[in-house]
Amino acid sequence: METSTKVTKEWLNTQEYREKNFAREKLVINPAKACQPLGALLCALGIEASLPFVHGSQGCAAYFRSTLSRHYREPVAAVSDSMTEDSAVFGGQSNLIEGLKNANALYSPKVVAMFTSCMAEVIGDDINAYLGNAKEQEAIPKDLPVALANTPSFKGSHITGYDTMLKGLIECLAVPRQEDKINDRLYVVPGFDTYTANLREYKRLLKVMEAPFTLLPDQSDVLDTPNLGTYELYPGGTPITEMNEALNAGSFLFAQTYSTPTTRKYLAGKEVPVEVISMPIGIGGTDKFIEAVAKFTGKDVPEEITIERGRSIDAMTDSHQYIHGKKFALFGDPDVLIGVVSFLLEMGGEPVHIVCTNSTPLFKKAMESMLEASPYGQGATLYAGKDLWHLRSLLVTEPVDMLIGDSHGKWAARDANIPLVRIGFPITDRVNLHRYPIIGYSGVINMITMIVNTFLEEVDRNSPEAYFEMMR
Amino acid sequence: MSTKETIEFRKQVVEEVLEVYPEKAKKNRRQHIAVKDSECAGCAVKSNAKTVPGIMTARGCAYAGAKGVVWGPVKDVVHISHGPVGCGYYSWGNRRNLAEGEIGVDNFVPFLFTSDFQESDIIYGGDKKLEKIIDEVVGLFPNAKGVSVLSECPVGLIGDDIESVARRMSEKIELPVIPVRCEGFRGISQSLGHHIANDAIRDHLLGKGPAREIGKYDIGIIGDYNIGGDAWASKKILEEMGLKVVNIWTGDSTLEMLQNGHLVKLNLIHCFRSMNYIAKHMEETYGTPWIEFNFFGPTKIKESILKIAAQFDDYIMEKALKVIEKYTVPMQKVIDIYRPRLEGKSVMLYVGGLRPRHIVGAYEDLGMEVIGTGYEFAHNEDYEKTIPALKEGTLIYDDVTALELEEFVKKLKPDLVGSGIKEKYVFEKMGLPFRQMHSWDYSGPYHGYQGFPIFARDMDMAINSPTWKSIKAPWSK
Repeated sequence: METSTKVTKEWLNTQEYREKNFAREKLVINPAKACQPLGALLCALGIEASLPFVHGSQGCAAYFRSTLSRHYREPVAAVSDSMTEDSAVFGGQSNLIEGLKNANALYSPKVVAMFTSCMAEVIGDDINAYLGNAKEQEAIPKDLPVALANTPSFKGSHITGYDTMLKGLIECLAVPRQEDKINDRLYVVPGFDTYTANLREYKRLLKVMEAPFTLLPDQSDVLDTPNLGTYELYPGGTPITEMNEALNAGSFLFAQTYSTPTTRKYLAGKEVPVEVISMPIGIGGTDKFIEAVAKFTGKDVPEEITIERGRSIDAMTDSHQYIHGKKFALFGDPDVLIGVVSFLLEMGGEPVHIVCTNSTPLFKKAMESMLEASPYGQGATLYAGKDLWHLRSLLVTEPVDMLIGDSHGKWAARDANIPLVRIGFPITDRVNLHRYPIIGYSGVINMITMIVNTFLEEVDRNSPEAYFEMMR
Repeated sequence: MSTKETIEFRKQVVEEVLEVYPEKAKKNRRQHIAVKDSECAGCAVKSNAKTVPGIMTARGCAYAGAKGVVWGPVKDVVHISHGPVGCGYYSWGNRRNLAEGEIGVDNFVPFLFTSDFQESDIIYGGDKKLEKIIDEVVGLFPNAKGVSVLSECPVGLIGDDIESVARRMSEKIELPVIPVRCEGFRGISQSLGHHIANDAIRDHLLGKGPAREIGKYDIGIIGDYNIGGDAWASKKILEEMGLKVVNIWTGDSTLEMLQNGHLVKLNLIHCFRSMNYIAKHMEETYGTPWIEFNFFGPTKIKESILKIAAQFDDYIMEKALKVIEKYTVPMQKVIDIYRPRLEGKSVMLYVGGLRPRHIVGAYEDLGMEVIGTGYEFAHNEDYEKTIPALKEGTLIYDDVTALELEEFVKKLKPDLVGSGIKEKYVFEKMGLPFRQMHSWDYSGPYHGYQGFPIFARDMDMAINSPTWKSIKAPWSK
């Protein structure tokens, strides 16, 4: 006889179900990861007058554009060469050549950022050779830079796609490093970062610290554009001239670890000095960023920064009591997780479940040693490679006070009857969150605001009349 | 401008906009664009053809049509996005097909189930993995009524045999396992995906359900995906008419509804493009008749109610007239509020399946005029149905490119643009009111008497929002 829905509903919340759920080997349910070309597209948008070009099925391009537009509430331009069944037989060269010709005629990019989706990869298209032929046939001018990235969806995730495209863009645009041409600039790479306000915050901090810098890539003016009554196809991004000089950088500073290894390796191979830090979230995380920049400039950290830091510490002490001892579950990308968990530990919050679908062994090691070093991390477990259906089982069997992650977490949070604070990507059901930085000292204040006020809102909404108070 | 001048002006606009293209692309695109004139000479546009590479189309793929549109809303079936993680991820939770039911028990609409292909699956094939996945689905979701396998690009390219896996597993788990060959490279838009999805229903489910007596007034709604509750709003009218809606395809639907789609007196088809295939098949094979209807705006709703009631007896007709009467005053009230605010405003649309023509009447109920319209993935018969509903001078564009639409809008200066998420912010940056007309911009329903007041309010909100007035800074010249 068929199990009734009521019985099954209750069963979903049991330890027995959790074990069965964790025993699954192949089925993936609600993963917290997208695919490589989405990251490649995001990266490409951060370069001046760069036109993202998907070599593959047009459906892929439609999906990436829609997904990014929903998060940022901004236009996202990208073309594809619309490969169809005949390309599967004959290869995608004619689509690629015609696509480049049309895209260039219509959109006059300064650089085309071409990346592949599955179809082209499975049939083994050689985009480098095709590009050569496109120029040979004069479909596009010989001097139009076209950056290339192989980004099949069946490898890595959106963060590795970002990395591959970034390397491709530098490879394509930067002139070779020459000892006598080395510039005084610090090239700061934010990594797969979907907060335009984070990018602006990097720039602000670098200016305050008087560091000559290039933010690479920089989507802040592309994915947070003003409404001035006109639409601009290419509203901003890292200037091409600064891309050209990237290999002559004084140094590179990577503000994310797990979304950048390929580019770092490439740069190191070109003798470019490379420094990498964790995403500067929380006080400690931001301190490291400030120190790295100060090391580069050789100047003292300005008083202004110390004061700013102090204001964030003040916000922390003001509201520590609302986070201390609270239990949290989190999911998201490795770099964001490292940052947000470090912040919670600084506040005395206790992470319990940490789910990272696109985990790596290095990340696992870093996260676990950070947790181990903190008295507040002792009750935490990292679930590497797990998904949000695993997370749901964790939340209903081992309850916590709050879930932190992107909008996809809302069902699990609802089932567990806990609030979801939205940090990560994509955020499609709340407005403007990408306009508030989560990095830097100001990010600390913003995260406190989100987390604490959410808790307090819950208290007010749920408190019996006698306990409904003016002060919290 | 006289109608004749308008036609000439718009034809001129088309030529100007096409100038930007290289010769081959220009020749192609010209065939897809027309201005309706008095003889309708040359107003037929070419459609359902390959997209020109590199031009920024809004179109999606067969997978989007099969999984995103047709299969995704079937709530008690576990839909496996078979292949790499992306396609399933991007079509997860964002089409707004609402469904009643216990999530994770007998409602799987808000889920993403994926086989998350890795490189090894490309090399060694994914059939074994798929078998294991289906086993795991059954173990974790005992109330699922079936499993669909929606294949993504690599599956078709590496030669996997999902049909035989489905056959084997269906016997093993004693539930339908439906292979859907909707790899994104098939066809030239979402459209073939709809067709493939229809065929999968035909081959694997239709006529295979538990037998059922057909009630005198049993009907089915075909091609309503319950965006923001649309199907529920349509159902409400039909039931007030005395009809019994036993199936909805596929908004808020169940596997059994797909099995028994033919066991009705009449099928009512809303989105003709995505489900005409199966409606025709049911008619040919089972003799189940179907008619088209349009539940956008009181004028079209009234016409449709009368057309539907005419298929039944006096009892239904009498009730139908009562329904029309019941809603006449409330709908007039809506019109009285909004028409003065919207009278004479113009709209340009660019949407999918049925909306570029079906919504025209609803705008007209509000005194608005559709001056441009087009489809992402229509076929000739869609344009044949559309053109008579349009005024002379209307600009018609098929698979319009981002740049064409921008330029057309700049030149025709509509008061409102209705299209999708990819277009929305482009036009809002231009200071133009915009509504997403795929997702109802997170509002809805727009169908039926329940939907029209919401539709009217939303269009008014967009056009008359005070926010547009602040765009220009006082010191700007």
